[in-house]
Amino acid sequence: MKLYCLSGHPTLPCNVLKFKSTTIMLDCGLDTTSVLNFLPLPLVHSPRLSKLPGWVSKDGTINLEKAREAVCNVLRLLGVYFNLLQELLDLSTIDVILISNYHCMMALPYITEHTGFTGTVYATEPTLQIGRLLMEELVNFMERVPKAQSATSWKNKEIQRMLPGPLKDAVDVWMWKRCYSMQEVNSALSKVQLVGYSQKVELFGAVQVSPLSSGYSLGSSNWIIQSHHEKVSYVSGSSLLTTHPQPMDQSSLKNSDVLILTGLTQMPTANPDGMLGEFCSNLAMTIRAGGNVLVPCYSSGVIYDLLECLYQFIESANLGTTPFYFISPIANSSLEFSQIFAEWLCHNKQTKVYLPEPPFPHAELIQTNKLKHYPSIHGDFSSEFRQPCVVFTGHPSLRFGDVVHFMELWGKSSLNTIIFTEPDFSYLDALAPYQPLAMKCVYCPIDTRLNFHQVSKLLKEVQPLHVVCPEQYTQPPLTQSHRSDLMLELQPPPMPYRRCSVLNLPFRRRYERIYILPELANSLVPSEIKPGVSVATVSALLHSKDNKHTLQSVPKPPPMPPSKKRKRVIEEPPVALAPKPMLSGAVALEAFLATLQKHGITEVKVEETADGHILHLQAEDTLIQLEEDGTHIVCDSEPLRTTLRDLVLRFLQKL
Amino acid sequence: MPEIKVTPLGAGQDVGRSCILVSIGGKNIMLDCGMHMGYNDDRRFPDFSYITQNGRLTDFLDCLIISHFHLDHCGALPYMSEMVGYDGPIYMTHPTKAICPILLEDFRKITVDKKGETNFFTSQMIKDCMKKVIPLNLHQTVQVDDELEIKAYYAGHVLGAAMVHIKVGSESVVYTGDYNMTPDRHLGAAWIDKCRPDILISESTYATTIRDSKRCRERDFLKKVHESIERGGKVLIPVFALGRAQELCILLETFWERMNLKAPIYFSTGLTEKANHYYKLFITWTNQKIRKTFVQRNMFEFKHIKAFDRSYADNPGPMVVFATPGMLHAGQSLQIFKKWAGNEKNMVIMPGYCVQGTIGHKILNGQRKLEMEGRATLDVKLQVEYMSFSAHADAKGIMQLIRMAEPRNMLLVHGEAVKMEFLKGKIEQEFSIDCYMPANGETTTVTTNPSVPVDISLNLLKREMALGGPLPDPKKPRTMHGTLIMKENSLKLVSSEQALKELGLNEHQLRFTCHVQLQDPHSDADTLHRIYTHLKSVLKGYTIQHLPDGTVIVESIVIKVSSSAEDSNTKVLLLSWSYQEVLNILKRSK
Repeated sequence: MKLYCLSGHPTLPCNVLKFKSTTIMLDCGLDTTSVLNFLPLPLVHSPRLSKLPGWVSKDGTINLEKAREAVCNVLRLLGVYFNLLQELLDLSTIDVILISNYHCMMALPYITEHTGFTGTVYATEPTLQIGRLLMEELVNFMERVPKAQSATSWKNKEIQRMLPGPLKDAVDVWMWKRCYSMQEVNSALSKVQLVGYSQKVELFGAVQVSPLSSGYSLGSSNWIIQSHHEKVSYVSGSSLLTTHPQPMDQSSLKNSDVLILTGLTQMPTANPDGMLGEFCSNLAMTIRAGGNVLVPCYSSGVIYDLLECLYQFIESANLGTTPFYFISPIANSSLEFSQIFAEWLCHNKQTKVYLPEPPFPHAELIQTNKLKHYPSIHGDFSSEFRQPCVVFTGHPSLRFGDVVHFMELWGKSSLNTIIFTEPDFSYLDALAPYQPLAMKCVYCPIDTRLNFHQVSKLLKEVQPLHVVCPEQYTQPPLTQSHRSDLMLELQPPPMPYRRCSVLNLPFRRRYERIYILPELANSLVPSEIKPGVSVATVSALLHSKDNKHTLQSVPKPPPMPPSKKRKRVIEEPPVALAPKPMLSGAVALEAFLATLQKHGITEVKVEETADGHILHLQAEDTLIQLEEDGTHIVCDSEPLRTTLRDLVLRFLQKL
Repeated sequence: MPEIKVTPLGAGQDVGRSCILVSIGGKNIMLDCGMHMGYNDDRRFPDFSYITQNGRLTDFLDCLIISHFHLDHCGALPYMSEMVGYDGPIYMTHPTKAICPILLEDFRKITVDKKGETNFFTSQMIKDCMKKVIPLNLHQTVQVDDELEIKAYYAGHVLGAAMVHIKVGSESVVYTGDYNMTPDRHLGAAWIDKCRPDILISESTYATTIRDSKRCRERDFLKKVHESIERGGKVLIPVFALGRAQELCILLETFWERMNLKAPIYFSTGLTEKANHYYKLFITWTNQKIRKTFVQRNMFEFKHIKAFDRSYADNPGPMVVFATPGMLHAGQSLQIFKKWAGNEKNMVIMPGYCVQGTIGHKILNGQRKLEMEGRATLDVKLQVEYMSFSAHADAKGIMQLIRMAEPRNMLLVHGEAVKMEFLKGKIEQEFSIDCYMPANGETTTVTTNPSVPVDISLNLLKREMALGGPLPDPKKPRTMHGTLIMKENSLKLVSSEQALKELGLNEHQLRFTCHVQLQDPHSDADTLHRIYTHLKSVLKGYTIQHLPDGTVIVESIVIKVSSSAEDSNTKVLLLSWSYQEVLNILKRSK
């Protein structure tokens, strides 16, 4: 069993597990942090951004032509790591892809399209639906900005070498890919097969996979990958906090041979509840002072909790008249979809659905016109928009989407506040191209995923034999190297992986499940060897089909004509005969002699030897050598030999 | 031999009061717990004393599964759990769990408040009963205990209806509840995978019907409603609040829109508005089309359909009214029916099955004079139409499901005996499987013959697989020899050598030796060599060795030659072999 690690990003994992002749990809997150290296894509012409100088090399010999377009365009080339994949593995050999949550499937079209992939993708219904929305949003963000020429000259190794900062060190830039199209998204998602929590899905009869609730987002799951004797748990993005999703199923992770642990919190020191409080108070403070609040966020996930929190907070904070706007091409769909997944919600929300009431209070915010949603800043929004207000919009990297416009619009006033809630991007890097900035910045990252304390408790509880995790989890964060509590300390120590690692998982498969058909089962003759332990010799036909093995009785050969009986010379190759069983035990002298006597053999001379006895059957001129671990019959008469053999066998156990 | 037993307490050769007991692998499961619409006495509920006379039901039942929210499938639930007493797990899907208590409360109100019955379950009992319910998700494998697992499949029929697969070890039963094999305007079609259950327990309401296409029936329905409205008549459509009602509403809504009709459509209040909310929140349980478009346009927000008030029944002019309940046995639909029955311009359309004993059943059978409470009789002059919109599988659908699931035995419930008999014949003929149709209280026993799961040592399996070559050849069966070790509850199949080792036993060698005389003038060494070359030519494919110490070894057989003391031409062959040797070389060499 091998694990190929294709992503080094601990929260956007992509691993491939080879287990019992099946190749299973676990998640395919899309690492978009590289966009922070580039300038934002404005929706409307921005004089400030367009006046920025292009990049000129120090000695002035290389002037990147159309430098700005170049940089703008690079944005559409999202950094993906699939070059690796192609080196380590042939994508067309992947049998299935298991998705744990909608954030971890954003690279799906890169894997399933134009690669020869013929397998199946498994995901829960909310994961599929919301994942589709998020991909749609990304495509929409990329497609609605004016198209410029694509710039590739910076990718030239010579030039890249001279570029500043992180770009210089970016790996495999020639493998970066363009953002996929909606057509590719649809085609990729048509390969998804829906599964429910605890549903058991058989893969080729060899392996069974099953998603478990992970408590992180709508439909988010951990996966169990098991055969009858081996169990691998894949834990990715789990949460023990009570937010909107169904609580995490922990007990089903018990008795794992290997537990692959990814997607822990990116903010181990920030308490989500505290952050939520800070979010609300900063929001209220800004509004009261007459400023606007900008919340760059993903269009699904924590935003539901933020809205719920605000729903309770609005009245008490006297914000009843402040308009809340949610701007995204998928704003409406995201809000609507959140209301129809009752099965996937926590108990409290399910009870509301039974009433029947919408599970999330944002329905009421919309009904009372406190929350309005628009597909973009164009159209109705521009005429209905009132200030001061609160705007939720994407993308949290501040590099594309409607948020870019609000940054340009509100950045210059110190009355306004931007509140970062998503933990995926460094907020300082995100803000860099907008500097100098007058607006206030508040950083309240809300990451509900497991922290180190919770995870060690969980692991103590479920006790996997081995833990595999990204190497980042095996040492404290670089910036807080003294915090030994911010790492996994386990016995035995976890097996760390990094990008490109190929791990041999410590597994020894010893047994396989086989089914004995009833007819054969009835014909077996068990004999008790020790108290409570019986054995039976089995000779049977083995059938293997679809990785399932069955044993059935060997068909009896056609009855032989009675005249030939035993004398018949066996012509068939001996393979057709069942081999004689192995023997065990010892022949007790006294009892054996008594048996001989019963069978009319009375003249026996017993001679003691170093290892046992030699019996001389004088009348028959036969020797029997009885020892602890062997019996030797020296006899020239076949009938007598057969008789003696059967007598000896009475004393022995057959195996 | 392991057996599975099935006993209907209700719905055996009958429609209504569905309640079926299944005993499988030592587990007892109750499927549905319904009431009978046709009775008002004890026969209304299943006879739970069949299970136990004075013990608690909890001790006898491992779980109870409710297939959907119709009262003939869940109406006896609070009675059973709270009045008879059952504290074990009750399973139903989320929509069923949401809607079921509302219908039960409605049923309770009609019985207690209107008919004045006492000794009936209370609102509190309904609440307490629902607390025992564990919601089921589609396709989720629920482990009731270590051995019993259940899995729900989509059944169509009504919102949240499920079929359920019950499995203990390698034995399994599928219970369909009520299902529909054709998608309709608001629900999808039932689906199950090839799970090959030992018994498939199927409803058979429409066992003998093969219905024409849905489109035709819809056209017919719209035509009748339209004609009636045109001539100024009033149309009453008795429905149950959830299910057909929504389908017909979608149908009329789109028709009104298209034809630009003005006559009002009403829906009896209370339940219905709520009902539409359920459909909106459980949209994932509806059909593909509705699910796909719900963000843009929610099909359950009706423009033309308004809430009904009792006073509207006397309004002049045409109108269409959906009113509950669907079998005209009580409530608002019955009141409106009484008001409108006298006018031949009016029409009542019965869109579903009516249980014997209800007014719905009577008028469908052509009865034109009805005895009402007291001595009054009611002349039925209005037009009576029957349109089968109830979403049950017809004969074709039932056969289709059998093809999907491939059961080993078939068992029919929830249908009329005569119709079942006909379908039974057809099933037995087409699928050559046994088909049963037990009456209430009658037990059907099916013996199963499960395979025995065993853990085989991978070494042994791989060794045997390797013998068969890389690709399995169906014509050349591979034989396998090993030792089955039975210890406590574990069964392990290993090679004999490994078995010895694992059990800590020593091998006992059994050898035989005999002397054979033959005439050969050559020297001892030559004789041996001649034997060697001969054997080499006859026994192809065996390891034959000629060792320098003067022995020939064939597999485990050792051959030595010595000359007789008396006669150097008489050679004595010494043959020695082990008990396990299969090659009968002795006879060949003679």
